[in-house]
Amino acid sequence: MILMLKIIKYVLHDILRNRVLIAYVLLLLVSSNGMFLINDDSTKGLSSLLTILLIVIPLVSILFTTIYFFNSHEFIELLVAQPLRRKKILLGVYSGVACSLLTAFLVGIGISVVIFDATATGWYLIFAGSMLTLAFVSLGFLASVITRDKTRGVGIALMLWFYFALIFDGILLIVLFTFSDYPLEKATIVMSCLNPIDLARILVLLKMDISALMGYTGAVFTQFFGSGLGIILSVSVLAAWVVIPLLLALRAFDKKNL
Amino acid sequence: MIKVESLVKKFGGFYALNGIDLEFSRGQIIALVGPNASGKTTLIKCILGMVIPTSGNIEFDGINISGQVNYKERIGYMPQIGRFPDHMSMGYLFGMMKDLGKERMKGNFDEELVELFRLQPVFHKSIRTLSGGTRQKVSATLAFLFNPEVIFLDEPTAGLDPIASEILKQKIRNAKTEGKLILVTSHIMSEIEEIADSVAYLEDGKILFNRSIDKIKAETGEERLGKAIFRLIQ
Repeated sequence: MILMLKIIKYVLHDILRNRVLIAYVLLLLVSSNGMFLINDDSTKGLSSLLTILLIVIPLVSILFTTIYFFNSHEFIELLVAQPLRRKKILLGVYSGVACSLLTAFLVGIGISVVIFDATATGWYLIFAGSMLTLAFVSLGFLASVITRDKTRGVGIALMLWFYFALIFDGILLIVLFTFSDYPLEKATIVMSCLNPIDLARILVLLKMDISALMGYTGAVFTQFFGSGLGIILSVSVLAAWVVIPLLLALRAFDKKNL
Repeated sequence: MIKVESLVKKFGGFYALNGIDLEFSRGQIIALVGPNASGKTTLIKCILGMVIPTSGNIEFDGINISGQVNYKERIGYMPQIGRFPDHMSMGYLFGMMKDLGKERMKGNFDEELVELFRLQPVFHKSIRTLSGGTRQKVSATLAFLFNPEVIFLDEPTAGLDPIASEILKQKIRNAKTEGKLILVTSHIMSEIEEIADSVAYLEDGKILFNRSIDKIKAETGEERLGKAIFRLIQ
C-alpha cells in the first residue's frame, strides 16, 4: 500500500506540471463560464454545457491517458524490474492519471456549476462528468495495455471515442428506424447501456426533466423506469464502465511483455 | 540459486527461447554469450518477470517465480539500454529509487558507484541531456544500489569509457568475492575472459554449451577464449 501511494505521488508530481492538463482546465473554465453567462436561464446553460462536456471529456480523458501511458513507458519498465506487483504499478499509475483528470474537471466545471447553478441537476452534471472521466481513463488504459506501440494505442483510443461519441448514435438510429414496427423499449435500454456517454447524458437529463431534450433513449428510460429507478440503473452501469475496462487492463498488463 | 527448466518463449511465431535448461549458484560470474537475437536479453527478462514465458519453469532459491515479486528484492538489473523517465533529473531518479526501496533497505544503500563514477556533480542534470555513457553509469549504479545478491548486467561496458569500464569490472569482481551471483552478457571476449568463471553459449534460443572457461580452453587447446569458443561452435 505504501509503495502504491509512492507510485501515485511520482505520477502526480509528473502530471501536475503537464501543460496539456492546464490547457484542459482553461478550456473547461471558459466553456462553463461562457455557457452560464450567455444563457440567462441557468438550466439552459447547464444543458448547453452538457452537450459540450459529452464530447470533450471522453476525448481528452482517453487521449491524455493513452499518450501519458506510452510516455511513461520507461517509468513503468523501471518499476516492473523492482519488487512491485504489476497490479499495484498499474493501479498506481491509474490513480495518478484519474486523480489529475478528475481534479482538472472539478476545477474547470465544478466551481462554476456550484456558483451559477447549485441545484440537484448541477450536482448530477458534476457527478456524471466525473464518472465519464473515470470510464474513459479506464478505456484509455485498456487501449494502451493491449497495444505495443504508441501509434496503435492512440489509434484505438481515437476509434473508441469516435465510436462512442459519434458512430453509436448513428447505429442506434438505424436500428430504431429498421425495426420501427416492433416494440423497441427494452432493446433501446440495453443499447444505451452499451455507451457510457449516452448513460451520462440520460443521467443528467433525467434529473433535469426536460423530456424534449432527452432524445429517444432518455424518453424510454423515464417511461420505463420512472426517474428514480432510471437513475440507479444508469449510475450502476456507468460504474461498470469504469470498473470492467480497468479490470481487463489489469489482467492484460499481468501478461504483457515489457 | 537460479534454476531454469525447459524455458520456452514465443513471440508470435518466433521462438526467442526454445527449451533452456540452466542452473546458476552463488559466488560465480557467468557470461551469457551468443549472436545478436539469440535470446540473451529475453532470458534475463524472463527471470526478472518482465517477459512472461510461454512454458517452462524458473526457480529462485527453490521457489517458482511465477506470480511472485519478492525475489526481485534480491536482484539488481542493468538493462542493455538504460532508459529512464525523460523529465527527471538524475538526482530525482536516484531519490525516487531509494524512496521505493526505503522500507526494505533501511538506509543500507550501496552508493559506491555514485562516488567512483563521479555522478554527484551532474545530479541536477535532466536525464534527457545525458550522454549514452553517462546513462550506462546511472544504470550500473542502480543495479548495485539495493545491495542485491544476484546481479544481471546486460552488456554493461558497451559505451563506457575505459576508466569507467575498469571501475565497473572491479565492482563486479568484488561482488563475486562477497558471494554474489553475477550474470553478464557481452560480446567482448577479452572482457569475459578477464572477469567470468564460465560461459553459457546461446544460439537461436538454445544453450549450445555451459562450461567453465578453463574447461573450454583445455578442451580446445586454445589460449584465447574467443578462438576457443569459435572452435567449439564450428
